[in-house]
Amino acid sequence: MMSESLKKKLSLQIDVSADDFKPADKQEQLDLIQFTKNTSYWKDAWRRLKKNKIAMIALCVIILFILFAFVGPLLSPYTYDQQIRGDENMAPCWKHPFGTDLHGRDLLVRVMIGSRISLIIGIGAALIVLVIGSLYGAISGLFGGIVDNIMMRIVEIIYSVPDILIVILLSIVLKDPLKKAFDTGGALGGLQKLGPGIVAIFIVYGMLYWVGMARIVRGQVLQLKEMEYVNAATALGAKKSRLIRKHLLPNCVGTLIVTTMLQIPSAIFTEAFLSFLGLGVSAPMASLGSLASDALDGIQSYPYRLLFPAIAISIIILAFNLFGDGLRDALDPKLKK
Amino acid sequence: MVKYILKRIGAALFTIFIASAITFIIMNLVPGDPFMSEKAPSEAVLKSLYAKYGLDKPLIIQFKNYMLNLLRGEFGVSYALQRNRAIKDIILESFPISAKLGAMAIAVAVITGIPLGCIAALKRNKLADNVIRILSTLGISMPGFVVATTAMIIFSVKLKVLPTYGLKSASSYVLPVLTLSFYPMCYIARLMRSSMLEAFSQDYIRTARAKGMSNFIITFKHALRNSLIPVITYLGPLVGYVMTGSFVVEQVFNIPGLGRYFVKAINARDYMVIMGTTIFLATFIIIMNLVCDLLYKLVDPRIKLGEEN
Repeated sequence: MMSESLKKKLSLQIDVSADDFKPADKQEQLDLIQFTKNTSYWKDAWRRLKKNKIAMIALCVIILFILFAFVGPLLSPYTYDQQIRGDENMAPCWKHPFGTDLHGRDLLVRVMIGSRISLIIGIGAALIVLVIGSLYGAISGLFGGIVDNIMMRIVEIIYSVPDILIVILLSIVLKDPLKKAFDTGGALGGLQKLGPGIVAIFIVYGMLYWVGMARIVRGQVLQLKEMEYVNAATALGAKKSRLIRKHLLPNCVGTLIVTTMLQIPSAIFTEAFLSFLGLGVSAPMASLGSLASDALDGIQSYPYRLLFPAIAISIIILAFNLFGDGLRDALDPKLKK
Repeated sequence: MVKYILKRIGAALFTIFIASAITFIIMNLVPGDPFMSEKAPSEAVLKSLYAKYGLDKPLIIQFKNYMLNLLRGEFGVSYALQRNRAIKDIILESFPISAKLGAMAIAVAVITGIPLGCIAALKRNKLADNVIRILSTLGISMPGFVVATTAMIIFSVKLKVLPTYGLKSASSYVLPVLTLSFYPMCYIARLMRSSMLEAFSQDYIRTARAKGMSNFIITFKHALRNSLIPVITYLGPLVGYVMTGSFVVEQVFNIPGLGRYFVKAINARDYMVIMGTTIFLATFIIIMNLVCDLLYKLVDPRIKLGEEN
């Protein structure tokens, strides 16, 4: 006869005793239920973003620049258009840390105001692109068929028209009519301060620059609309507008945010380019591009006049680029390279 | 293939038409007219001027005439900047300068950008990669005028090694070409790095390694060729960028190209010149995009363009 222990070893059966079949007591049941914290999409993304040092530094720089541009001018003893007699053409000193221009205007305040214009342009234009592009793309993708075909043809044509040339044309043409409209109507008061050049840029972004966003959103919607929950919503009688608002757009929110973020530096670039050509803000308002353009005349003797706006704009764009990259990695880990 | 090419050419022609139409419509939105300069001419003079340039006719007729003239290569004449000079002559005179500058800039950007991107990808996360990545990210964050003016301050004003303006000697090409090519160079390096890293993670590279192929062949024959495709798709927009970038660079370095003339026309509000130059540049950019698209198809036979669904 085999010993009991050897029999156990050779047997393929699991060794069970009668105890194992007793019902579990309360404590055991409780132990089985584990509470892991529910991590939402946003928490997860924020955790990934926090780990990315470069993106966090970029975010800090952006916040600092927003303070610099919006709070800074309030703290300064000068205003951007104040011409201080006797302080013309000053080099950087304690009184004017960035120096003054040939009219005796303090350059520090002007760079602050210029940064403000750049930020407003960048964020404003990106929001315009976000709204128009996402709606257009979602409608085109959801409806499909001939609607999609026609809408995408239009996008293709706009895409292949050289946009920067159209931007230049529109800012030339819109400048005078907008000026007149501002002078007569009081309702547009807020926009008046920005000047017609800036408004022209917004109009152009609304007309031309949303096509990239529309394409991306359409691609996402084409994928999403095959999902079961969209089917279910349709079966429950949801209208197309509800589908877009409640199901499709919220589910591509990561892509939307990333594309919008990366639109900001491009808009800032465009404004600086136009201002440099003399088409952006109208004097005495300052933008970083127009400050650099003004500085070009005295570049041999006053290089610092160019230096400060140039550095400011480069840092703003760099920070937005880096933060956008970090955000993309955090919100859309699939895209990470 | 032939069908595809014809289809693309047709689409490009249509786009050129649309671009010209948009330009014409935008320019005619302007209230006021080209002759309202500092001193307004008398009623009779104005009338005869209108008749001479066909501005007394309805807008749609003007549009038709303008388009027909465009087909013959006539862009009209300048009203303000150089009165009565044919815009065609202006373009013929100044565009070659811009084109030469642009071609050199594109060549520099491609020739330096691709190797930089390759080095970064091959030395991933090493010192060389980090340096290239930081510099190229900085590069795509600096607007053209910042690069141009900073380069000018350093090399012409402070060091006095390169001329500030004009195109007299070979050395005067250095700064304009380098500043014009800086942004695309950085962009190409970034593009190249990411597409090469992606290529290295593909199955065919693993297969090639498993077969015991030398690193050299894997890098240059398999990975490099496949990762060049995104760079080729960028060439089309690159032409557009260089053309518009030349507005700034020619302005800063005072180069008598089409870009500077265009900016002058903007400041003088010479609408005919603005319109003509815009249409010319738009046509040029659209044609270049077309060429790049076709090239793209030639380079990568896997891509089946135009055959939808």
